[in-house]
Amino acid sequence: MWAYEKKLQYPIKIKNTNAQLAKFIASQYGGPDGELGASLRYLSQRFTMPDNVTKGILNDIGTEELAHLEMIGSIIYQLTRNLTADEAKAQGFGDYYVDHNTAVYPVNASGVPFTASYVQSKADVIADLTEDLAAEQKARATYDNILRLCDDPDVKDPIKFLREREIVHFQRFGEALTRIQDGIMDKRTFYMNK
Amino acid sequence: MENNRQASLKNLMAADFTAYELQLYLDTHPDDKDAMTKYTEAVKKAAVLRTEYENMYGPITAASAAGKLPWQWIVSPWNWE
Repeated sequence: MWAYEKKLQYPIKIKNTNAQLAKFIASQYGGPDGELGASLRYLSQRFTMPDNVTKGILNDIGTEELAHLEMIGSIIYQLTRNLTADEAKAQGFGDYYVDHNTAVYPVNASGVPFTASYVQSKADVIADLTEDLAAEQKARATYDNILRLCDDPDVKDPIKFLREREIVHFQRFGEALTRIQDGIMDKRTFYMNK
Repeated sequence: MENNRQASLKNLMAADFTAYELQLYLDTHPDDKDAMTKYTEAVKKAAVLRTEYENMYGPITAASAAGKLPWQWIVSPWNWE
């Protein structure tokens, strides 16, 4: 089970609101390469992992992604705090505002709601870990896009932290996959599952 | 051994759940003295049972796996097994 901790993984303190930026960053809340999809992907895949290393890494990274979901939610909240309807309209946030006001809601940057089809879970360690490696790179690329669209250092700082976490996760998933593949090679079978 | 582990785990789960149920109650009754007495007692009892379980059977949280190699955190059984 999980226990909540009353602290973020990395501090978020944003002085200036910016609703347009909030909309861009919302994609990492409920978009195709976002933190919600990441946590559901890993926490679902872990059940059918074949050994303790793969169970452990998916369990722990899946848990960390929930903490990242909270960080993204906090960024969206702080970027839209006390936003007026006029500001929403002027900052390209009117279409989001009409359905959700300043609530945090899982959609991508163009407003498409979160769907489980962003995620796969195959009970096949090679398929699952290969998807996870790609997912981490796609999330890293999305954070790079956000950094190019953002000039507020208060926002860039936690986004850079999250970007770095994608790289660490990619590294750990790669190590887990290599261990599995080495084990399969030892048995002189094909370079894939079963 | 496995039966003892299960029994010890069940006691811890019950103690943790008691504390958690009181947590929810206190969320909506933040000035309830009786609930606070029960919560304080429940948290203490759960902490004792947790230490007993972890000393016998292994870590409940990763932090409790400090100090011993190989890394005990990932050792089975996992919750779903």
